[in-house]
Amino acid sequence: MNAIFEYFGTIFKGVKTLLTGMKITGKYVFTPWKHVTQQYPENRETLKMFDRYRGEVIMPHNENNEHLCTGCGICELNCPNGSIEIISKMVVSEDGKKKRAIDQHIYHLGMCTFCNLCVKACPTGAIVMGQNFEHAVWDRSKLTKVLNQPGSKIAQGVKE
Amino acid sequence: MSELKEIIISSDKIHTDQYLVNMGPQHPSTHGVLRLLVQLEGEIVHHIQPHVGYIHSGIEKMCEAISYPQIIHLTDRMDYLSAHMNNEAVALCVENALQVEVPDRVKYIRTIMDELSRLASHQLWWCVMGMDLGALTTFFYGLRDREHILDIFEETCGARLTVNYNVPGGLMFDIHPNFQKRVKDFLKEFKKKLPEYDQLLSDNVIFRERTNNIGYLSLEDAISWGVTGPSGRGSGFSCDVRKHEPYSAYPLVQFQEKLDTKGDSFTRYKLRIDEMWESIRIIEQLIDNIPEGDYAVKMKGVIKLPEGEFYQRVETARGEFGVYIISDGKKNPYRVKFRSPGFSNLFALNKMAAGHKIADLVAIMSTLDLVIPDIDR
Ligand code: SF4
Ligand code: SF4
Repeated sequence: MNAIFEYFGTIFKGVKTLLTGMKITGKYVFTPWKHVTQQYPENRETLKMFDRYRGEVIMPHNENNEHLCTGCGICELNCPNGSIEIISKMVVSEDGKKKRAIDQHIYHLGMCTFCNLCVKACPTGAIVMGQNFEHAVWDRSKLTKVLNQPGSKIAQGVKE
Repeated sequence: MSELKEIIISSDKIHTDQYLVNMGPQHPSTHGVLRLLVQLEGEIVHHIQPHVGYIHSGIEKMCEAISYPQIIHLTDRMDYLSAHMNNEAVALCVENALQVEVPDRVKYIRTIMDELSRLASHQLWWCVMGMDLGALTTFFYGLRDREHILDIFEETCGARLTVNYNVPGGLMFDIHPNFQKRVKDFLKEFKKKLPEYDQLLSDNVIFRERTNNIGYLSLEDAISWGVTGPSGRGSGFSCDVRKHEPYSAYPLVQFQEKLDTKGDSFTRYKLRIDEMWESIRIIEQLIDNIPEGDYAVKMKGVIKLPEGEFYQRVETARGEFGVYIISDGKKNPYRVKFRSPGFSNLFALNKMAAGHKIADLVAIMSTLDLVIPDIDR
């Protein structure tokens, strides 16, 4: 007799625990507004990443096409995997002195690990982290970027 | 006709010998590239030989060529679910070697971040554990809650997994102005959600049947195989580095080292759930009391360690993580060795699973909470 009680008791307990679980899942089925899913890519227009989100390295330019990069190469030294190559050139400034300036700030997005070390190390704050995360391209060579825009020059008053 | 007869007769005498089966390297329940060579007799597992190295990335060797701040960003990629703790281990090791004392603010924030990572890691483990045993619901529920922690990380650190938030001497940035509010909101919400975990999975009859008294690991075996973390504590091995060798703000907070002696799969499962409650307790003690101050001390542009050997251990979500640096006084180390908890825990699998059915092997492996890059690094 006891064995039968135990047998049905186990079944009853089992069903009860299953129902407890299903109560929770049922609760969420009927409260769908509590969902956390984002409708990406439909929400692309309104999607805003956090300010500090590290999507890519960018070099902001002002309206006169000027940036803050002196071509010192400190970011290149701090990069752990060689994602940055600095090609500098010598320019003659107005007062006749020879000065180093950036020719090409080459950034290999495909190699970058988004560690933020270059941004932190840059003495003039010339590079920052951008929030764009949609980097898929058809051709790998498109991932190599030149960060200083063509024809841009260093802004006035930036000291090394 | 006679041929068929012969076959039928001889099939009586077919010798059910033991045979070898490869589980992995692409098995879904290994959650990565892990290969287990399983020796079976019928359905019963006799012996398991793990084979590692499929995604070996040579991080230790890479570390010899790069500077100390750069090493930290590589440790994110080992145990990616405990990235904060791994970062912190290297940062602490460098700070101890240089005898730099970090401000209290840094210690508090580091500890909060550690515990948030532990929560996130245990949440992911919980949902994957359910999934391995066939309960797909848990997978979504766990990820839903984990998302809030990842948002906190993303807002303050700039990344969700590979956070790289610790630097030698402090933190990469100060906390975001929203940080405290977000953490408190999350804790309030999560304290309501955590009992649901129990109702969904811990009390479930099928789950209980599949974990109770399965995968026993004795205290002796846990110690001799170096099984640390919740897996070791489930066998009664008191190995919590946060208690035994406190670092950062752990000496200042009240919390319990959860221990149990039963040593089976369910105990290891239960301890992780209990640890989540403890993590919540730790964060609650700290979150309102973060002292004012700098978020980093000024370090030299090029950090050079004095000649010698340095070791630092921390408690990650999986167990004891150690960093061993040999420096010859240059800006990059002479040799770096990481003691990763996953590696030691994995090799105790044979002790736990031998004698059980092959389906239980999956459950037992789940309770070890393996992260493959942590094993292979
Ligand atoms: S980006 Fe900054 S660190 Fe890099 S070369 Fe320009 S000024 Fe120097
Ligand atoms: S974010 Fe890190 S990996 Fe990327 S370019 Fe900067 S230093 Fe190099």
